[in-house]
Parts: sequence; C-alpha cells; structure tokens
Amino acid sequence: MNDAPQSPPSRLDPEAIPRRDFLGRSALWSTAATLAFAAIGMARLPRAAVVSSPSRKFRVRIPETLPDGEPFLPSGRSVALFRDSQGVWAVSLVCTHLGCIVKAQQRGFECPCHGSRFTSSGVVEKGPAPAPLVWHKVTFEGDECIVDEDARVPAGTKVRA
Amino acid sequence: MTTATPPKPALRRFVENLRDAPRRVRDSALRSGKANTDRTRSTFVFDNVFLHVHPVRTHRWSLRWSSTWGLGIASLAAFGVTLVTGVLLMFYYKPHPSAAYDSIKDIVYVVPTGRFIRNIHRWAANVMVVTVLLHMARVFFTASYRAPREFNWLTGMALLAVTLGLSFTGYLLPWDQLAYWAITIGANIAQSPREVTDALGVTPSFDPGGLQKFLLLGSDVVGEEALIRFYLLHVMILPMALAALLAVHFWRIRKDGGLARPADVDQRVIDDTEATYPVFTQAPRKTYQIAALVRGRTAAVGRAPENTLPSMPHLFYAELAAAMLTVAVCVGLALLSDAPLKELANPAVPENPAKAPWYFLGLQELVSYSAFMGGIGIPAIVMVGLSLIPYLDRETAGTGEWFGGPGGGRVVAQAALVGLGAALAVEIFAIRFGWLREWIPDVAQLWITLFNPGTVLAAIYAAYSVWLVRRYDSTRTGALGLFTCFLCGFVLLTVVGTHFRGPNWHFYWSPADWPAH
Ligand code: HEM
Ligand code: FES
Repeated sequence: MNDAPQSPPSRLDPEAIPRRDFLGRSALWSTAATLAFAAIGMARLPRAAVVSSPSRKFRVRIPETLPDGEPFLPSGRSVALFRDSQGVWAVSLVCTHLGCIVKAQQRGFECPCHGSRFTSSGVVEKGPAPAPLVWHKVTFEGDECIVDEDARVPAGTKVRA
Repeated sequence: MTTATPPKPALRRFVENLRDAPRRVRDSALRSGKANTDRTRSTFVFDNVFLHVHPVRTHRWSLRWSSTWGLGIASLAAFGVTLVTGVLLMFYYKPHPSAAYDSIKDIVYVVPTGRFIRNIHRWAANVMVVTVLLHMARVFFTASYRAPREFNWLTGMALLAVTLGLSFTGYLLPWDQLAYWAITIGANIAQSPREVTDALGVTPSFDPGGLQKFLLLGSDVVGEEALIRFYLLHVMILPMALAALLAVHFWRIRKDGGLARPADVDQRVIDDTEATYPVFTQAPRKTYQIAALVRGRTAAVGRAPENTLPSMPHLFYAELAAAMLTVAVCVGLALLSDAPLKELANPAVPENPAKAPWYFLGLQELVSYSAFMGGIGIPAIVMVGLSLIPYLDRETAGTGEWFGGPGGGRVVAQAALVGLGAALAVEIFAIRFGWLREWIPDVAQLWITLFNPGTVLAAIYAAYSVWLVRRYDSTRTGALGLFTCFLCGFVLLTVVGTHFRGPNWHFYWSPADWPAH
C-alpha cells in the first residue's frame, strides 16, 4: 500500500458510486414515510369524533317539604338539589379529586375514596380534592326542574320558578 | 450394474418402515439422541429452537442460587401460567357491561373447574408482579445493570410497565364494584395533569390529562367502550408487547455475555469439579473446542475452561425447578383463597373504601394527598430515575455481588432505616395534623401539588442519597441508598394503604374497627 499510491480501488474501500446510495436511501425514506403516515392514520382511530354517551338531562320535582339547605337526592343521579329563599340549585356529587360519588352528611359532603370534605355549596374543606364541586344548570318547566348534568354554571347560580 | 444383495420387495420395506416409524419420528424430532456426552449435551441445546437462546455451557457463578434466586424464570413461569389460564377463561368471558359480570359468575359457579382456573389466573398475576419487582431488586442490588447490560435494564423497565399494565387492565374485566371504582379512580389519575393545567389556567387549550383519560376509556365515563378497550389491551396488545420484549430481554442476556459476574470470579468459585457433573472425562476425551462439538481426537483435559458446566442438565434443571416452584405456589394459593368478586358495578354508589389492587395502594396513599403528584408526577420521576441508573453509575466495583459497591450492605441497612423512618414520620404527621388545605382553607392548589407528603418524602430521599454520593464519593452508593429508600417507602405506604385505611380513607388500626355501614 505504501509503495503503490495509485493502487486500484479495493472492495474494502468505501464505495464511491452514489447511485446505489441514492436508490437505497429513497427506498428507506419512502418506507419510513409510509410507515409514519400509516401510524398517524392509526393513531387517529382510538379517538372517536362522536361519543355516544346518553344525554344526562333529567326532569325532577322537588318535594314541597324540603327544608332550607337540606339536600334532595334524586335516585340514580349524581346530583344534590337545594332550595332556599333565593331559589334552587344543583351540586354535582362527582368528587373533583378522582371521580368517586360523594355522600351527603349532616353538613356538606364527604367522599368515601380519599376523604375529601365539601361544604353544602361544594367548597373543599379538607382532603385532596383540588377544586370545588361543580354546579349544574337548572331550568324550570312549570313546577318541575330540568337538571343538565352535562352543563356547568358558576357556583352561586340559583334559579327561581 | 449388479448389487451384492438384491433389493427387498417394496411391501417388506413398507412394513419395516412402518414398524420403525415411531422410533424415527422420535429420533428426527430430537436429532441428537440422549444428552449424556459433552457433544450431545451441546447439540441438545442448539438443535432445539426453544432452548438455543441458552448458551451450551453456563458459568458456575451464574448457577449458584444466590446469584439470581431464579426470579427471572419465576416471572416467566408466572406469565406462562396466566397465559394458559387466561386463554381458558376467554372461552366464557364476554366483554360487554351487560354480560361481563354474569359471565364471570358463570365461570365461578357453573363452569367445571372454572373457579379454580380463575383463582389460578388471579394469583399468578399477583405472583408475577411480586417476582418481577423482586427480580428488578436483585438485578439492582447485584449491580448487574452495568455495561454492557444497560439496555437490558431498559428492556426490563418496559417489561415492568407492561406487567403492571396487564394487571391494571385485567382488574376491570369482572365489572364488579371493585373493578368499576378502581378503574374510575385510575382513569381520573390519567386525567390528573389537569390539576396542574387548571391551576395554570391553560386546560381549554392544552389538556394532556383529558386526552389520556379519553384514549383509555374511549368515552368520558367507564362504560362499554372502556371495557372493550381494556379487554383488547389485556388479551392482545399487552401480552404481545410482553412477548416481544421478552424475546429481546432473553436474547440480550445471551449477547451481553450471560449473567453479570464479579471481575475476579474465577478466583472465587472453588473448583469442585469432582463433586458436580464430570466434565470432559468420558470417552471420547477431547478438549473444549468450538462449543464442544468438534469431531475427532485431540489432546484430552479433565477440566472445562472458564469454570463452566454444561447447560444440560445443570442450568435447565435449575430453571425447571424455579418454574415448577412458581406453578406450585400459584396453584397452592388458588386452592387456599378465592379470587374476589363483589356486587355488580354500580356507577351511583362507590365501594367504600374503594381500593385499587394492593401493589397500587402505596400510590393510592400518595394520591390521597395529591392526585397528580401521587399518580403521575412521582411515578414518572421514579421510572425515569430507574431507567437512568445504568447510565449514571459507570463504576465497576461490586458488579455481580450482592450489595456491591462502596459502602455495600451497611449503606443498604442504613438506607432501609432512613427510608422506613422518613415514610413513617411523614405519614404519622399527615394523619395526625392534616395538611395545607386543613390549615389554610383557601390555599392555591399548585402549592399542594408541589408540597405534599409525597413530594416531601421524595425530597428527603433525594437529599439523603446526595449526601451518600458525597460521603462515599460514589454514584453507586447514592443509587443504593435511593433505591433502598424508595423500596422501603413503597412497602410502608402499601402496608398503610392496605391495612390501615378504612371507609372514607380514614386511618384505622385494624379492619375490625371499621364502622358497619
Ligand atoms: C416480565 C418480566 C421479566 C422477566 C420474565 C425477566 C426474565 C429474566 C431472566 C430469566 C433473566 C435471567 C437471570 C435471572 O433469572 O435473574 C433476566 C435477567 C435480567 N433482567 Fe429480567 N425479566 C423481567 C423483568 C425485568 C425488569 C423489570 C428488569 C429491570 C428493570 C430486568 C432487568 C434484567 C437485567 C439487567 C438482566 C441481566 C442480569 C444479569 O446479567 O445478571 N428484567 N431477566
Ligand atoms: S375521589 Fe374523592 S377524595 Fe379521592
């Protein structure tokens, strides 16, 4: 090697012809691009555009005898309804911590899962819940209330018939 | 052309071949006959597609029980048991909310051996989580993750994640109260980055938590979409991922040169050739050449090089023993105790207390202070920290030895005390005096997220391990301390979450003190 500076190219030397390289690389990149597109397409699949969850609006009549500040708990729903002189409001029973259903106590609510405690207007008193309980939208239709568990309203929104 | 013996009539040959067929089938399947010479012991290994991932000969050090305690094989065996029993359960299980619970009840009360198979499946899944964790601890404490095995440690981390994923997804399938509420909590943990995005006020535009929950449940609530997703993950995606990762894991063990050993291992293992299987002493005597397979006569020696023994039978019988022991434990537990099945899932009434599977109860304990930190922040830090270990600890002292590294066993014992003590102190304090929200009712959530019993504990552990690094001038010592601390903290929190938490997650000395409800 040292005495033959112009030795013919050996098969061990890196190949100088770029054509092969070019074809190889186009093949490689087109494969990569195809796979990437396929992956993007597939990644969209698990996220449905429309979710078929049933409407969570319901109609309820609050008993005349409900005392001020006592919760009324329609069965099968995770909402507590209250009434006082300023009107009616609905507080969600879904704990803002990790989604358990809170239980109405003498005063306010308590969550069975990690012990968060809330006042009857939903403000956190104790425990890990990071936010107050949600207030849901209430509208009147005659003397019946329509509560929409999918719509939230600012805390403190009370409505009259 | 004339042959000396005239060919037999075709019919005779046919009958002879038929008579020989069973023997020939056996010979052609096994190829190399009885594994009773060095050569046939070698061919036994590499003629067999399932065995040939093993080396033909295994180092004596790797064969000692104390090197591995057989924990990797035990994990594999437990996985095998869940596979077999899982396929059997699939004969009857129906992944729809209207049918799932009833199909499990059928399996338990109607299907012959159904209850037993379900018990084994449940127990093997639990055993697998335990053995995988112990296996990881063994690899860590023997410093076996070091170069060239760093990547196999990463593969192992992925295996750990998939193993936990399998357990978690399986938990929902019975669709009972236990399942429903554990998964509701789990899905909301996936959503808990909102705790941070809400505090920063960016949730409407940037909501990774909501996306995670949605992808997991396929809807906003735990319903039929969630059940089919969990089922798909549990019986298809995760087992296939685990199998693929295992293939890499085992291949890498081989390519990384077998199990990690101390550098001076050959001086340490006593040469008790006589006491174990004789090596290269039978006819034909020959040297150890390429895989002991070379034909022909060569100068004979009585001792194999490199302190190795033939994998057949030494390694395989040990593996078989570890696997059979695991199966026996799973079956024994399944005979002793039934897998739980509560009432049908009821989205209106949470189980009280709603407890996740036991190995998540340590996290649930942290989650009961901050959902994001306990459920995502700290686990993520731990996973990233664990993954980085082999890349940060590039020392060589103590590889392949239990508690190897500067400080060694003494540091581990001390760290165990620190780990347990700190966790106990933080827990007692939080249970006795409450936390920020109780002291300052309108404190901003971000403060609680950043400063809660979980983060305090993690900070104590980190500070202690930094102190160790400086004291011993060794990253390995710091890692030993930190790993031990986290292990002890995990155990303590798990015990508290399992045994000392009752309805409303209140503290009770014993489940016997729980109020009746
Ligand atoms: C499904 C789970 C797993 C299975 C079935 C498995 C199986 C095995 C087996 C059979 C071995 C041979 C040595 C032994 O038995 O200890 C091994 C070695 C190893 N495993 Fe795993 N493993 C799993 C998870 C993990 C995890 C979670 C880690 C760590 C994060 C890990 C890291 C390693 C490493 C680094 C080695 C090489 C150890 C050495 O050279 O001494 N594995 N594994
Ligand atoms: S879900 Fe209510 S406190 Fe955790």
